[in-house]
Amino acid sequence: MNFHAIKAIYKFEMARTWRTIAQSIVSPVVSTSLYFVVFGSAIGSRMSDIGGVSYGAFLVPGLIMMSLLTQSISNASFGIYFPRFTGTIYEVLSAPVSPTEIVLGYVGAAATKAIMVGSIILVTATLFVDMHIMHPLSMLLFLVMTAMTFSMFGFIIGIWADNFEKLNIIPLLIVMPLTFLGGSFYSISMLPEFWQKVSLFNPVVYLVSGFRWSFYEISDVKVSISFLMTLFFLSVCIVVLHWIFKTGYRLKN
Amino acid sequence: MNSVISIANLSKTYESGFQALKNVSLDIENGEIIALLGPNGAGKTTLISIVCGIVNASAGKVSVNGYDIVKDYRQARASIGLVPQELHTETFETVWNTLAFSRGLFGKGPDPEHLEKVLRSLSLWDKKDNKIMTLSGGMKRRVMIGKALAHEPEILFLDEPTAGVDVELRKDMWQVVRELRESGVTIILTTHYIEEAEEMADRIGIINKGEIILVEDKRALMQKLGEKRLILHLSQPLEAIPEALEPFNLSLKDGGLNLVYTYDVQQDSSDITSLLDAIENAGIKFRDLETMQNSLESIFVNLVKK
Repeated sequence: MNFHAIKAIYKFEMARTWRTIAQSIVSPVVSTSLYFVVFGSAIGSRMSDIGGVSYGAFLVPGLIMMSLLTQSISNASFGIYFPRFTGTIYEVLSAPVSPTEIVLGYVGAAATKAIMVGSIILVTATLFVDMHIMHPLSMLLFLVMTAMTFSMFGFIIGIWADNFEKLNIIPLLIVMPLTFLGGSFYSISMLPEFWQKVSLFNPVVYLVSGFRWSFYEISDVKVSISFLMTLFFLSVCIVVLHWIFKTGYRLKN
Repeated sequence: MNSVISIANLSKTYESGFQALKNVSLDIENGEIIALLGPNGAGKTTLISIVCGIVNASAGKVSVNGYDIVKDYRQARASIGLVPQELHTETFETVWNTLAFSRGLFGKGPDPEHLEKVLRSLSLWDKKDNKIMTLSGGMKRRVMIGKALAHEPEILFLDEPTAGVDVELRKDMWQVVRELRESGVTIILTTHYIEEAEEMADRIGIINKGEIILVEDKRALMQKLGEKRLILHLSQPLEAIPEALEPFNLSLKDGGLNLVYTYDVQQDSSDITSLLDAIENAGIKFRDLETMQNSLESIFVNLVKK
């Protein structure tokens, strides 16, 4: 294992975070705080509790998960797309680095940034709502697994995209709607039965549900199913990445 | 000499159907500077890209220091440094950080002393904390060389290293390349500047339409393929070439003041003796004579035209 290479890629990617601190960290925290103010405090105060939890507190896991997904995808997709766009990818491709090491460097950095944002939002949330975490280890596990999975997904998008429009199209047109419809702001049990069944095809439901269970022991689907589904998404991403590096898809001619 | 790079029957056809390399075989010897010359689209960059792992070959085998570039890619790539043709740089990073990144990527631990040595040799030490976006084109080119040298490679690929670089800087780079060779680095250079190959290389490879036309020792190549001209500066202008001199295919230049004899260096030199005898017999006096040999450029143009 070329640990120096993993560290070099990771450090290089993290350096971008510090260079663009306003965009990387401050901006998602500000926008999520606005969600707390609008949905948590203003509208939430007029809504009844869900599963014995105030609406403001109920929102916290969903909002963290929403930021985690969008941050993981955007960080990882940009992280690999930018060197492809500028041509600096030649150096990574010509280095004695295995695909696993490349992915660990890029995805590790993207997931770290996403977890940092998620953690800051969690801390920020305590300023707005009274909340607690019943299963901190499980919360951490879902946080890390989701960040890794969606960073891998973002990495795949960054390799697939051959222009900036494609880079944004999947996060904006697919991931964002799935996140909004995945129970970030509500429990899917509040939907009519038909739409509850449709929601089960939305992968975000499992992530949000499992994550919320770690906080309040309330969930839309069993926590074990959430865990297995997250593991399944992770495995799918690993298989796709394996294929990408094996064929050199969009990386090598 | 031992081969550090062995290329056997290498072919590359891109998805578009364009065949960039056709059954190329080449051995690169330890410690030499080999220049690959060829017109645009000849396949030089494709060849380099395959050896470095950036492009997949369609057929053939390449080994570096005895390691197969596909099966043993780690060992093969660890000894190679690449300076690509285009200026691909991390615009927002500092010179120091980008070199440190390159070193780490190639599996080497931090070594500030080595990076300092590299930066000083490239006259970049005072720019080490500058962002790359603030550097001139020539400096960026040197940063690219610095990145390739950051992990102390044994083999260095320089793909058009002095393209767009001013004359002074080009000569500085030639000096850097010479010093690298003296330290034992094998250098593979592609260039459009024939004088660069003439100045630097031990061997010349000419590549055209995906095929290696020839690989020769530079001096042997120039001797073997070079036409020579013997120019006689006459004391009195001649109106026409005398009949006795017709077998020598001479030409008159500069208003009949210069008599030019073109010959092949491989040819028996007795022709020159016969010519000089014939000139003396014809009563033609000359005040001076000179010989001129073809440049590598004309050799190259002649080969590529065939």
